Amino acid sequence: MFEQLEGSVAVAKAVARCRPEVVCAYPITPQTHIVEGLSRMVWDGSLAPCEFINVESEFAALSVAIGASATGARAYTATASQGLLYMAEALYNAAGLGLPIVMTVANRAIGAPINIWNDHSDSMSQRDCGWLQLFAEDNQQAVDLHVQAFRIAEELSLPVMVCMDGFVLTHAFEQVELPTADQVDEFLPSYQPRQVLDPQAPVSIGAMVGPEAFTEVRYLAHVGHQRALSVIPEIGSRYGSIVGRPGVSLVSPYFSAGADTVVIALGSVLGTLKDTVDGLRADGHRVGVLGITSYRPFPAAAVRAATDGARRVVVVERSLAPGGGETVTTDVRSALAGSGVEISTVIAGLGGRPIIRTSLRAMITAAEGDALEPLTFLDLDRDAIAAVLTSTSAPTGGTR
Amino acid sequence: MYEVRIHGRGGQGAVTAAELLSVAAFDAGSTAQAFPSFGSERAGAPVVAFCRIDDRPIRLREPVVTPDAVIILDPTLLHAVDVFQGLKPGGVVLINSAHPVADLGLTELTDEGRAGVVCVSATEIALRHFGRPLPNGVMLGGFAALTGVVPIADIERALRDRFAGPIGEKNAAAAREAFDSVQISHQEAAGV
Repeated sequence: MFEQLEGSVAVAKAVARCRPEVVCAYPITPQTHIVEGLSRMVWDGSLAPCEFINVESEFAALSVAIGASATGARAYTATASQGLLYMAEALYNAAGLGLPIVMTVANRAIGAPINIWNDHSDSMSQRDCGWLQLFAEDNQQAVDLHVQAFRIAEELSLPVMVCMDGFVLTHAFEQVELPTADQVDEFLPSYQPRQVLDPQAPVSIGAMVGPEAFTEVRYLAHVGHQRALSVIPEIGSRYGSIVGRPGVSLVSPYFSAGADTVVIALGSVLGTLKDTVDGLRADGHRVGVLGITSYRPFPAAAVRAATDGARRVVVVERSLAPGGGETVTTDVRSALAGSGVEISTVIAGLGGRPIIRTSLRAMITAAEGDALEPLTFLDLDRDAIAAVLTSTSAPTGGTR
Repeated sequence: MYEVRIHGRGGQGAVTAAELLSVAAFDAGSTAQAFPSFGSERAGAPVVAFCRIDDRPIRLREPVVTPDAVIILDPTLLHAVDVFQGLKPGGVVLINSAHPVADLGLTELTDEGRAGVVCVSATEIALRHFGRPLPNGVMLGGFAALTGVVPIADIERALRDRFAGPIGEKNAAAAREAFDSVQISHQEAAGV
Protein backbone atom coordinates (compact mmCIF):
# COMPACT_ATOMS: atom_id res chain seq x y z
CA MET A 1 0.00 0.00 0.00
CA PHE A 2 1.46 3.32 -1.03
CA GLU A 3 1.32 6.23 1.39
CA GLN A 4 2.17 9.90 0.93
CA LEU A 5 4.66 10.53 3.73
CA GLU A 6 7.49 12.78 4.74
CA GLY A 7 10.80 10.95 4.24
CA SER A 8 11.67 11.18 7.94
CA VAL A 9 8.30 9.77 8.98
CA ALA A 10 8.61 6.94 6.48
CA VAL A 11 12.07 6.06 7.82
CA ALA A 12 10.90 6.23 11.45
CA LYS A 13 8.08 3.81 10.63
CA ALA A 14 10.40 1.47 8.76
CA VAL A 15 12.94 1.48 11.60
CA ALA A 16 10.17 0.78 14.12
CA ARG A 17 9.11 -2.29 12.11
CA CYS A 18 12.67 -3.58 12.53
CA ARG A 19 11.95 -3.76 16.29
CA PRO A 20 14.99 -1.93 17.65
CA GLU A 21 15.34 -2.50 21.38
CA VAL A 22 17.35 0.62 22.07
CA VAL A 23 17.07 3.96 20.26
CA CYS A 24 19.25 6.79 21.43
CA ALA A 25 19.92 10.02 19.65
CA TYR A 26 20.71 13.66 20.09
CA PRO A 27 18.69 16.05 17.94
CA ILE A 28 20.33 17.80 15.01
CA THR A 29 18.77 19.25 11.86
CA PRO A 30 17.84 17.67 9.47
CA GLN A 31 17.74 14.31 11.30
CA THR A 32 15.35 15.46 14.03
CA HIS A 33 12.00 14.36 12.57
CA ILE A 34 13.18 10.75 12.39
CA VAL A 35 14.03 10.40 16.06
CA GLU A 36 11.05 12.51 17.10
CA GLY A 37 8.87 10.00 15.28
CA LEU A 38 10.56 7.07 17.01
CA SER A 39 10.40 8.71 20.44
CA ARG A 40 6.65 9.21 20.00
CA MET A 41 6.20 5.53 19.11
CA VAL A 42 8.14 4.44 22.19
CA TRP A 43 6.14 6.87 24.32
CA ASP A 44 2.74 5.68 23.08
CA GLY A 45 3.75 2.03 23.26
CA SER A 46 3.45 1.29 19.55
CA LEU A 47 7.17 0.51 19.51
CA ALA A 48 7.73 -1.96 22.35
CA PRO A 49 9.76 -3.37 23.88
CA CYS A 50 12.13 -0.53 23.17
CA GLU A 51 13.99 1.90 25.34
CA PHE A 52 14.43 5.44 24.01
CA ILE A 53 17.44 6.91 25.78
CA ASN A 54 17.91 10.66 25.87
CA VAL A 55 21.55 11.64 25.89
CA GLU A 56 23.51 14.86 26.14
CA SER A 57 25.49 14.62 22.92
CA GLU A 58 26.12 12.61 19.78
CA PHE A 59 29.21 11.15 21.39
CA ALA A 60 26.97 9.79 24.13
CA ALA A 61 24.31 8.69 21.64
CA LEU A 62 26.70 6.41 19.82
CA SER A 63 28.37 5.31 23.03
CA VAL A 64 25.00 4.22 24.39
CA ALA A 65 24.28 2.40 21.13
CA ILE A 66 27.64 0.65 21.45
CA GLY A 67 26.89 -0.41 25.01
CA ALA A 68 23.38 -1.57 24.09
CA SER A 69 24.59 -3.50 21.07
CA ALA A 70 27.36 -5.14 23.10
CA THR A 71 24.78 -6.50 25.53
CA GLY A 72 22.88 -8.05 22.62
CA ALA A 73 20.24 -5.41 21.91
CA ARG A 74 19.33 -4.24 18.41
CA ALA A 75 20.40 -0.59 18.53
CA TYR A 76 19.63 2.37 16.29
CA THR A 77 20.64 6.01 16.22
CA ALA A 78 20.62 8.91 13.75
CA THR A 79 22.62 12.06 13.24
CA ALA A 80 23.99 14.53 10.69
CA SER A 81 26.81 16.97 10.03
CA GLN A 82 28.73 18.12 13.11
CA GLY A 83 26.87 15.45 15.08
CA LEU A 84 28.55 12.74 13.04
CA LEU A 85 31.93 14.41 13.61
CA TYR A 86 31.27 14.48 17.32
CA MET A 87 30.72 10.69 17.12
CA ALA A 88 33.95 10.12 15.21
CA GLU A 89 35.91 8.39 17.97
CA ALA A 90 33.02 6.11 18.83
CA LEU A 91 32.37 5.32 15.14
CA TYR A 92 35.71 3.56 14.88
CA ASN A 93 35.01 1.68 18.10
CA ALA A 94 31.61 0.44 16.91
CA ALA A 95 33.20 -0.90 13.74
CA GLY A 96 36.26 -2.33 15.48
CA LEU A 97 34.10 -4.09 18.04
CA GLY A 98 31.97 -5.56 15.26
CA LEU A 99 28.69 -4.16 16.59
CA PRO A 100 25.79 -4.23 14.10
CA ILE A 101 24.38 -0.78 14.87
CA VAL A 102 22.28 0.92 12.22
CA MET A 103 22.44 4.69 11.94
CA THR A 104 20.74 7.16 9.64
CA VAL A 105 22.90 10.02 8.47
CA ALA A 106 20.65 12.82 7.22
CA ASN A 107 23.42 14.22 5.04
CA ARG A 108 24.31 17.82 5.76
CA ALA A 109 27.24 20.14 5.18
CA ILE A 110 29.91 20.74 7.80
CA GLY A 111 30.81 24.18 9.11
CA ALA A 112 32.41 26.65 9.35
CA PRO A 113 30.68 28.58 7.87
CA ILE A 114 27.65 27.09 9.53
CA ASN A 115 25.23 25.61 7.02
CA ILE A 116 22.31 23.33 7.80
CA TRP A 117 21.68 22.18 4.23
CA ASN A 118 22.48 19.13 2.25
CA ASP A 119 25.72 17.76 0.90
CA HIS A 120 27.77 14.65 1.62
CA SER A 121 30.66 16.18 3.58
CA ASP A 122 29.58 14.51 6.80
CA SER A 123 29.51 10.87 5.79
CA MET A 124 32.45 11.29 3.40
CA SER A 125 34.53 12.61 6.30
CA GLN A 126 33.97 9.24 8.00
CA ARG A 127 34.73 7.18 4.92
CA ASP A 128 37.43 5.15 6.64
CA CYS A 129 35.78 4.49 9.99
CA GLY A 130 34.86 0.93 9.07
CA TRP A 131 31.07 1.33 8.78
CA LEU A 132 29.23 0.30 5.68
CA GLN A 133 27.76 3.34 3.91
CA LEU A 134 24.61 2.92 1.83
CA PHE A 135 23.17 5.93 -0.02
CA ALA A 136 19.45 6.34 -0.75
CA GLU A 137 18.29 7.79 -4.05
CA ASP A 138 14.70 8.45 -2.96
CA ASN A 139 12.51 7.84 0.05
CA GLN A 140 11.39 4.40 -1.11
CA GLN A 141 15.02 3.39 -1.18
CA ALA A 142 15.63 5.05 2.19
CA VAL A 143 12.87 2.91 3.69
CA ASP A 144 14.06 -0.29 2.03
CA LEU A 145 17.74 0.34 2.84
CA HIS A 146 17.03 0.71 6.55
CA VAL A 147 15.29 -2.64 6.79
CA GLN A 148 18.02 -4.35 4.81
CA ALA A 149 20.72 -2.52 6.79
CA PHE A 150 19.76 -4.30 10.01
CA ARG A 151 20.00 -7.71 8.29
CA ILE A 152 23.28 -6.83 6.58
CA ALA A 153 24.76 -5.46 9.80
CA GLU A 154 23.80 -8.51 11.84
CA GLU A 155 24.92 -10.98 9.19
CA LEU A 156 28.34 -9.30 8.96
CA SER A 157 28.71 -8.06 12.54
CA LEU A 158 29.42 -4.61 11.17
CA PRO A 159 27.68 -1.28 11.69
CA VAL A 160 25.83 0.31 8.76
CA MET A 161 25.16 3.97 7.95
CA VAL A 162 22.16 4.65 5.79
CA CYS A 163 22.80 8.03 4.18
CA MET A 164 19.84 10.07 2.96
CA ASP A 165 20.04 13.62 1.71
CA GLY A 166 19.01 16.11 4.38
CA PHE A 167 15.90 18.17 3.50
CA VAL A 168 15.89 16.93 -0.11
CA LEU A 169 14.75 13.52 1.13
CA THR A 170 14.20 13.84 4.87
CA HIS A 171 11.72 16.70 4.43
CA ALA A 172 10.20 15.67 1.10
CA PHE A 173 6.69 14.28 0.93
CA GLU A 174 6.41 11.55 -1.66
CA GLN A 175 4.78 8.20 -2.04
CA VAL A 176 6.41 5.22 -0.38
CA GLU A 177 5.37 1.66 0.19
CA LEU A 178 6.42 0.52 3.64
CA PRO A 179 7.08 -3.17 4.09
CA THR A 180 4.38 -4.63 6.32
CA ALA A 181 5.24 -5.74 9.85
CA ASP A 182 4.79 -9.37 8.73
CA GLN A 183 7.14 -8.91 5.80
CA VAL A 184 9.79 -7.35 8.02
CA ASP A 185 9.41 -10.12 10.61
CA GLU A 186 9.83 -12.73 7.88
CA PHE A 187 12.89 -10.96 6.49
CA LEU A 188 14.58 -9.91 9.72
CA PRO A 189 14.77 -12.50 12.50
CA SER A 190 15.54 -11.34 16.03
CA TYR A 191 19.14 -10.37 16.61
CA GLN A 192 21.41 -13.28 17.57
CA PRO A 193 24.61 -11.67 18.86
CA ARG A 194 27.85 -13.59 18.46
CA GLN A 195 28.96 -12.55 21.93
CA VAL A 196 27.35 -10.47 24.65
CA LEU A 197 28.50 -8.54 27.67
CA ASP A 198 26.88 -10.43 30.51
CA PRO A 199 27.86 -10.12 34.20
CA GLN A 200 27.05 -13.82 34.65
CA ALA A 201 29.59 -14.82 32.02
CA PRO A 202 32.15 -12.03 31.89
CA VAL A 203 34.19 -11.46 28.73
CA SER A 204 36.28 -8.55 27.50
CA ILE A 205 35.64 -7.03 24.14
CA GLY A 206 37.91 -4.47 22.56
CA ALA A 207 40.95 -5.51 24.57
CA MET A 208 44.31 -4.02 23.64
CA VAL A 209 46.02 -5.48 20.58
CA GLY A 210 49.71 -4.81 20.07
CA PRO A 211 51.94 -4.67 17.02
CA GLU A 212 52.03 -8.45 16.79
CA ALA A 213 48.40 -8.64 15.68
CA PHE A 214 47.02 -5.16 14.92
CA THR A 215 47.76 -5.42 11.21
CA GLU A 216 45.89 -8.73 11.09
CA VAL A 217 42.90 -7.22 12.91
CA ARG A 218 42.79 -4.37 10.41
CA TYR A 219 43.19 -6.79 7.52
CA LEU A 220 40.17 -8.69 8.81
CA ALA A 221 38.19 -5.43 8.86
CA HIS A 222 38.92 -5.13 5.15
CA VAL A 223 37.92 -8.78 4.63
CA GLY A 224 34.63 -8.04 6.36
CA HIS A 225 33.92 -5.26 3.88
CA GLN A 226 34.88 -7.47 0.97
CA ARG A 227 32.44 -10.08 2.26
CA ALA A 228 29.80 -7.37 2.33
CA LEU A 229 30.14 -7.05 -1.44
CA SER A 230 28.45 -10.43 -1.81
CA VAL A 231 26.23 -10.27 1.30
CA ILE A 232 24.58 -6.95 0.33
CA PRO A 233 23.15 -8.18 -3.01
CA GLU A 234 22.19 -11.56 -1.51
CA ILE A 235 20.21 -9.87 1.23
CA GLY A 236 18.81 -7.44 -1.31
CA SER A 237 17.38 -10.21 -3.43
CA ARG A 238 15.95 -11.97 -0.35
CA TYR A 239 14.28 -8.71 0.67
CA GLY A 240 13.08 -8.15 -2.87
CA SER A 241 11.42 -11.55 -3.04
CA ILE A 242 9.52 -10.82 0.18
CA VAL A 243 8.34 -7.29 -0.56
CA GLY A 244 7.91 -7.69 -4.30
CA ARG A 245 10.20 -4.89 -5.49
CA PRO A 246 13.94 -4.92 -6.08
CA GLY A 247 16.10 -4.88 -2.97
CA VAL A 248 19.37 -3.04 -2.62
CA SER A 249 22.18 -3.88 -4.98
CA LEU A 250 25.63 -2.35 -4.94
CA VAL A 251 25.06 -0.03 -7.89
CA SER A 252 22.06 1.06 -9.94
CA PRO A 253 22.76 1.44 -13.67
CA TYR A 254 20.50 3.62 -15.86
CA PHE A 255 21.19 3.29 -19.59
CA SER A 256 24.90 2.98 -18.76
CA ALA A 257 25.30 -0.09 -20.97
CA GLY A 258 26.53 1.05 -24.36
CA ALA A 259 26.79 4.70 -23.30
CA ASP A 260 29.80 6.77 -24.39
CA THR A 261 29.49 8.97 -21.32
CA VAL A 262 28.49 7.65 -17.91
CA VAL A 263 27.74 10.00 -15.02
CA ILE A 264 28.39 8.48 -11.60
CA ALA A 265 26.69 9.88 -8.50
CA LEU A 266 25.32 9.03 -5.08
CA GLY A 267 22.03 9.96 -3.43
CA SER A 268 19.09 12.09 -4.44
CA VAL A 269 20.81 13.89 -7.33
CA LEU A 270 20.35 10.66 -9.28
CA GLY A 271 16.67 11.46 -9.87
CA THR A 272 17.43 14.82 -11.48
CA LEU A 273 20.31 13.22 -13.39
CA LYS A 274 18.03 10.54 -14.83
CA ASP A 275 15.53 13.16 -16.01
CA THR A 276 18.42 15.11 -17.58
CA VAL A 277 19.73 12.00 -19.29
CA ASP A 278 16.25 11.14 -20.63
CA GLY A 279 16.22 14.52 -22.38
CA LEU A 280 19.72 14.06 -23.78
CA ARG A 281 19.03 10.52 -24.97
CA ALA A 282 15.91 11.74 -26.76
CA ASP A 283 18.24 14.11 -28.63
CA GLY A 284 20.53 11.24 -29.58
CA HIS A 285 23.21 11.55 -26.90
CA ARG A 286 24.78 8.27 -25.82
CA VAL A 287 24.80 9.00 -22.11
CA GLY A 288 23.90 6.96 -19.06
CA VAL A 289 23.94 7.14 -15.27
CA LEU A 290 25.45 4.87 -12.66
CA GLY A 291 24.18 5.27 -9.11
CA ILE A 292 26.44 4.00 -6.37
CA THR A 293 24.32 2.67 -3.53
CA SER A 294 27.10 1.04 -1.55
CA TYR A 295 29.89 3.53 -1.13
CA ARG A 296 31.59 1.47 1.58
CA PRO A 297 32.40 -1.17 0.64
CA PHE A 298 33.17 0.33 -2.75
CA PRO A 299 31.89 -1.99 -5.50
CA ALA A 300 34.87 -1.67 -7.84
CA ALA A 301 33.99 -4.71 -9.97
CA ALA A 302 30.38 -3.56 -10.43
CA VAL A 303 31.54 -0.06 -11.39
CA ARG A 304 33.98 -1.53 -13.89
CA ALA A 305 31.32 -3.78 -15.40
CA ALA A 306 28.73 -0.99 -15.63
CA THR A 307 31.11 1.41 -17.38
CA ASP A 308 32.59 -1.16 -19.76
CA GLY A 309 32.81 0.36 -23.21
CA ALA A 310 32.33 3.96 -22.03
CA ARG A 311 34.74 6.59 -23.34
CA ARG A 312 34.42 8.88 -20.35
CA VAL A 313 33.07 8.97 -16.83
CA VAL A 314 31.97 12.08 -14.98
CA VAL A 315 31.77 11.72 -11.22
CA VAL A 316 29.36 14.15 -9.54
CA GLU A 317 30.52 14.66 -5.97
CA ARG A 318 28.59 16.29 -3.14
CA SER A 319 31.64 17.08 -1.03
CA LEU A 320 35.09 18.54 -1.44
CA ALA A 321 38.46 17.37 -0.21
CA PRO A 322 40.34 20.70 -0.10
CA GLY A 323 43.87 20.40 -1.39
CA GLY A 324 43.02 17.26 -3.32
CA GLY A 325 39.58 17.90 -4.76
CA GLU A 326 38.02 14.53 -5.31
CA THR A 327 36.69 11.87 -2.94
CA VAL A 328 34.45 9.39 -4.79
CA THR A 329 36.51 9.85 -7.95
CA THR A 330 39.53 8.36 -6.19
CA ASP A 331 37.60 5.12 -5.80
CA VAL A 332 36.29 5.26 -9.37
CA ARG A 333 39.79 5.93 -10.68
CA SER A 334 41.18 2.95 -8.82
CA ALA A 335 38.29 0.75 -10.03
CA LEU A 336 38.87 1.77 -13.66
CA ALA A 337 42.66 1.78 -13.59
CA GLY A 338 44.07 0.58 -16.91
CA SER A 339 40.73 0.83 -18.73
CA GLY A 340 41.66 4.01 -20.60
CA VAL A 341 38.39 5.68 -19.60
CA GLU A 342 38.68 9.43 -19.17
CA ILE A 343 37.54 10.47 -15.70
CA SER A 344 36.55 13.92 -14.50
CA THR A 345 35.14 15.25 -11.26
CA VAL A 346 32.34 17.73 -10.82
CA ILE A 347 31.79 19.17 -7.35
CA ALA A 348 28.09 20.02 -7.10
CA GLY A 349 25.39 20.99 -4.66
CA LEU A 350 27.55 21.99 -1.69
CA GLY A 351 25.69 23.32 1.35
CA GLY A 352 22.28 22.84 -0.24
CA ARG A 353 22.80 24.60 -3.57
CA PRO A 354 20.18 23.07 -5.84
CA ILE A 355 21.48 20.90 -8.66
CA ILE A 356 19.35 21.67 -11.68
CA ARG A 357 18.84 19.96 -15.03
CA THR A 358 20.15 22.82 -17.15
CA SER A 359 23.48 22.78 -15.29
CA LEU A 360 23.75 19.00 -15.48
CA ARG A 361 22.94 19.09 -19.18
CA ALA A 362 25.65 21.69 -19.78
CA MET A 363 28.07 19.59 -17.74
CA ILE A 364 27.35 16.47 -19.80
CA THR A 365 27.56 18.18 -23.17
CA ALA A 366 30.85 19.80 -22.13
CA ALA A 367 32.16 16.35 -21.23
CA GLU A 368 31.00 14.98 -24.58
CA GLY A 369 32.96 17.74 -26.32
CA ASP A 370 36.03 16.94 -24.19
CA ALA A 371 35.67 20.45 -22.74
CA LEU A 372 35.18 19.51 -19.09
CA GLU A 373 38.13 20.29 -16.84
CA PRO A 374 39.40 17.38 -14.71
CA LEU A 375 37.98 19.19 -11.66
CA THR A 376 34.97 21.44 -12.14
CA PHE A 377 32.71 23.24 -9.67
CA LEU A 378 29.13 23.26 -10.96
CA ASP A 379 27.51 26.73 -11.14
CA LEU A 380 30.50 28.41 -9.52
CA ASP A 381 29.98 32.17 -9.14
CA ARG A 382 33.24 33.24 -10.76
CA ASP A 383 32.64 36.96 -10.22
CA ALA A 384 32.27 36.44 -6.47
CA ILE A 385 35.45 34.36 -6.39
CA ALA A 386 37.36 36.96 -8.42
CA ALA A 387 36.20 39.74 -6.11
CA VAL A 388 37.36 37.86 -3.02
CA LEU A 389 40.67 36.85 -4.55
CA THR A 390 41.31 40.44 -5.66
CA SER A 391 40.52 41.92 -2.26
CA THR A 392 42.53 39.33 -0.32
CA SER A 393 45.57 39.62 -2.58
CA ALA A 394 45.67 43.41 -2.29
CA PRO A 395 48.55 44.68 -0.17
CA THR A 396 47.59 45.40 3.42
CA GLY A 397 47.30 49.05 4.33
CA GLY A 398 46.19 49.88 0.80
CA THR A 399 43.68 52.50 -0.17
CA ARG A 400 40.58 52.67 1.95
CA MET B 1 3.75 17.53 -14.73
CA TYR B 2 1.96 20.32 -12.87
CA GLU B 3 4.22 22.48 -10.72
CA VAL B 4 3.21 24.77 -7.88
CA ARG B 5 5.29 27.28 -5.95
CA ILE B 6 3.98 28.60 -2.66
CA HIS B 7 5.29 31.85 -1.18
CA GLY B 8 4.65 32.79 2.40
CA ARG B 9 6.30 34.14 5.49
CA GLY B 10 7.66 31.90 8.25
CA GLY B 11 4.73 30.88 10.44
CA GLN B 12 2.03 31.12 7.75
CA GLY B 13 2.27 27.46 6.83
CA ALA B 14 3.70 27.54 3.29
CA VAL B 15 5.54 24.28 3.85
CA THR B 16 2.47 22.64 5.37
CA ALA B 17 0.35 23.85 2.44
CA ALA B 18 2.72 22.20 -0.04
CA GLU B 19 2.67 18.98 2.00
CA LEU B 20 -1.12 18.96 2.25
CA LEU B 21 -1.49 19.68 -1.46
CA SER B 22 0.74 16.67 -2.18
CA VAL B 23 -1.34 14.49 0.13
CA ALA B 24 -4.59 15.63 -1.51
CA ALA B 25 -3.17 14.99 -4.99
CA PHE B 26 -1.97 11.56 -3.90
CA ASP B 27 -5.39 10.75 -2.47
CA ALA B 28 -6.90 11.83 -5.77
CA GLY B 29 -4.80 9.21 -7.57
CA SER B 30 -1.86 11.29 -8.78
CA THR B 31 1.78 11.07 -7.82
CA ALA B 32 2.99 14.10 -5.94
CA GLN B 33 6.10 15.52 -4.36
CA ALA B 34 6.31 18.37 -1.86
CA PHE B 35 9.40 19.90 -0.35
CA PRO B 36 10.46 23.12 1.36
CA SER B 37 12.83 25.67 -0.09
CA PHE B 38 16.31 25.61 1.19
CA GLY B 39 16.38 29.07 2.69
CA SER B 40 16.44 30.13 6.31
CA GLU B 41 13.17 29.43 8.04
CA ARG B 42 12.40 32.08 10.64
CA ALA B 43 9.13 33.57 11.74
CA GLY B 44 8.26 36.38 9.33
CA ALA B 45 11.03 35.68 6.82
CA PRO B 46 10.05 34.85 3.22
CA VAL B 47 9.56 31.10 2.80
CA VAL B 48 9.06 29.10 -0.39
CA ALA B 49 7.70 25.58 -0.75
CA PHE B 50 7.05 23.47 -3.82
CA CYS B 51 4.64 20.82 -4.98
CA ARG B 52 4.78 18.73 -8.16
CA ILE B 53 1.83 16.69 -9.37
CA ASP B 54 2.01 14.13 -12.13
CA ASP B 55 0.57 10.83 -13.29
CA ARG B 56 3.91 9.01 -13.13
CA PRO B 57 6.72 8.75 -10.58
CA ILE B 58 8.50 12.05 -9.94
CA ARG B 59 12.29 11.85 -9.81
CA LEU B 60 13.18 15.50 -10.30
CA ARG B 61 14.60 17.21 -7.18
CA GLU B 62 15.37 20.71 -8.43
CA PRO B 63 13.27 23.59 -7.07
CA VAL B 64 10.22 24.53 -9.13
CA VAL B 65 11.58 27.23 -11.46
CA THR B 66 8.78 27.42 -14.04
CA PRO B 67 5.57 27.03 -12.03
CA ASP B 68 2.14 26.42 -13.53
CA ALA B 69 0.68 28.03 -10.43
CA VAL B 70 1.93 30.39 -7.76
CA ILE B 71 0.19 30.67 -4.40
CA ILE B 72 1.01 33.78 -2.37
CA LEU B 73 0.06 33.55 1.28
CA ASP B 74 1.14 37.08 2.14
CA PRO B 75 0.40 40.07 -0.14
CA THR B 76 3.34 42.04 1.30
CA LEU B 77 5.60 39.60 -0.59
CA LEU B 78 4.37 41.02 -3.89
CA HIS B 79 6.79 43.90 -3.50
CA ALA B 80 9.53 42.06 -1.57
CA VAL B 81 10.21 38.92 -3.62
CA ASP B 82 9.92 38.18 -7.35
CA VAL B 83 7.00 35.85 -6.75
CA PHE B 84 6.11 35.59 -10.45
CA GLN B 85 9.58 34.50 -11.55
CA GLY B 86 9.44 31.77 -14.20
CA LEU B 87 5.65 31.60 -14.24
CA LYS B 88 4.60 29.66 -17.32
CA PRO B 89 2.60 31.52 -19.97
CA GLY B 90 -1.04 30.99 -19.13
CA GLY B 91 -0.12 30.12 -15.55
CA VAL B 92 -2.29 31.09 -12.61
CA VAL B 93 -1.65 33.13 -9.48
CA LEU B 94 -3.66 32.95 -6.30
CA ILE B 95 -3.10 35.78 -3.85
CA ASN B 96 -4.28 36.04 -0.27
CA SER B 97 -5.70 39.56 -0.33
CA ALA B 98 -8.81 41.32 0.89
CA HIS B 99 -8.46 43.68 -2.08
CA PRO B 100 -9.53 42.92 -5.64
CA VAL B 101 -6.86 42.08 -8.19
CA ALA B 102 -7.31 45.43 -9.94
CA ASP B 103 -6.09 47.22 -6.81
CA LEU B 104 -2.83 45.31 -6.52
CA GLY B 105 -0.92 47.01 -9.33
CA LEU B 106 -0.13 43.80 -11.19
CA THR B 107 -0.89 45.29 -14.59
CA GLU B 108 2.09 43.67 -16.23
CA LEU B 109 0.66 40.24 -15.49
CA THR B 110 -3.02 40.92 -15.94
CA ASP B 111 -3.04 43.31 -18.92
CA GLU B 112 -0.95 41.10 -21.14
CA GLY B 113 -3.09 38.12 -20.23
CA ARG B 114 0.05 36.31 -19.14
CA ALA B 115 -1.62 34.88 -16.10
CA GLY B 116 -4.95 34.39 -14.46
CA VAL B 117 -4.72 36.23 -11.17
CA VAL B 118 -7.30 35.66 -8.45
CA CYS B 119 -7.53 37.01 -4.93
CA VAL B 120 -8.94 35.20 -1.92
CA SER B 121 -9.46 36.91 1.40
CA ALA B 122 -7.93 33.90 3.11
CA THR B 123 -6.77 35.52 6.35
CA GLU B 124 -10.23 36.95 6.94
CA ILE B 125 -11.86 33.57 6.17
CA ALA B 126 -9.42 31.81 8.51
CA LEU B 127 -10.07 34.26 11.34
CA ARG B 128 -13.83 33.82 10.94
CA HIS B 129 -13.70 30.00 10.91
CA PHE B 130 -11.04 29.18 13.47
CA GLY B 131 -9.87 32.44 14.97
CA ARG B 132 -6.26 32.32 13.80
CA PRO B 133 -4.72 34.21 10.87
CA LEU B 134 -3.48 31.07 9.10
CA PRO B 135 -4.23 31.30 5.38
CA ASN B 136 -2.50 28.14 4.13
CA GLY B 137 -5.30 25.57 4.16
CA VAL B 138 -7.85 28.17 3.03
CA MET B 139 -5.75 29.00 0.00
CA LEU B 140 -5.70 25.33 -1.03
CA GLY B 141 -9.50 25.52 -1.35
CA GLY B 142 -9.09 28.49 -3.67
CA PHE B 143 -6.39 26.60 -5.58
CA ALA B 144 -8.74 23.66 -6.13
CA ALA B 145 -11.39 25.98 -7.60
CA LEU B 146 -8.93 27.97 -9.71
CA THR B 147 -7.05 25.05 -11.26
CA GLY B 148 -9.22 21.95 -10.99
CA VAL B 149 -5.94 20.05 -10.50
CA VAL B 150 -7.04 18.60 -7.14
CA PRO B 151 -10.66 17.99 -6.07
CA ILE B 152 -11.84 20.08 -3.13
CA ALA B 153 -12.99 16.90 -1.36
CA ASP B 154 -9.38 15.69 -1.22
CA ILE B 155 -8.19 19.08 0.08
CA GLU B 156 -10.83 18.90 2.81
CA ARG B 157 -9.84 15.35 3.73
CA ALA B 158 -6.15 16.25 3.87
CA LEU B 159 -6.96 19.11 6.25
CA ARG B 160 -9.13 16.89 8.47
CA ASP B 161 -6.42 14.23 8.60
CA ARG B 162 -3.67 16.73 9.42
CA PHE B 163 -5.51 18.70 12.12
CA ALA B 164 -7.40 16.47 14.53
CA GLY B 165 -10.94 17.17 15.72
CA PRO B 166 -12.81 20.46 15.40
CA ILE B 167 -9.77 22.38 14.10
CA GLY B 168 -9.60 20.05 11.12
CA GLU B 169 -13.31 20.48 10.48
CA LYS B 170 -13.02 24.25 10.69
CA ASN B 171 -10.03 24.27 8.34
CA ALA B 172 -11.97 22.14 5.87
CA ALA B 173 -14.98 24.46 6.08
CA ALA B 174 -12.76 27.49 5.53
CA ALA B 175 -11.15 25.84 2.49
CA ARG B 176 -14.63 25.07 1.14
CA GLU B 177 -15.65 28.70 1.52
CA ALA B 178 -12.57 29.82 -0.41
CA PHE B 179 -13.36 27.21 -3.07
CA ASP B 180 -16.90 28.55 -3.42
CA SER B 181 -15.79 32.19 -3.51
CA VAL B 182 -13.23 31.55 -6.27
CA GLN B 183 -15.76 29.55 -8.27
CA ILE B 184 -18.31 32.36 -8.01
CA SER B 185 -15.81 35.06 -9.00
CA HIS B 186 -14.73 32.91 -11.95
CA GLN B 187 -18.32 32.47 -13.09
CA GLU B 188 -18.90 36.20 -12.79
CA ALA B 189 -15.76 36.92 -14.77
CA ALA B 190 -16.95 34.53 -17.46
CA GLY B 191 -20.34 36.26 -17.48
CA VAL B 192 -22.21 33.13 -16.37
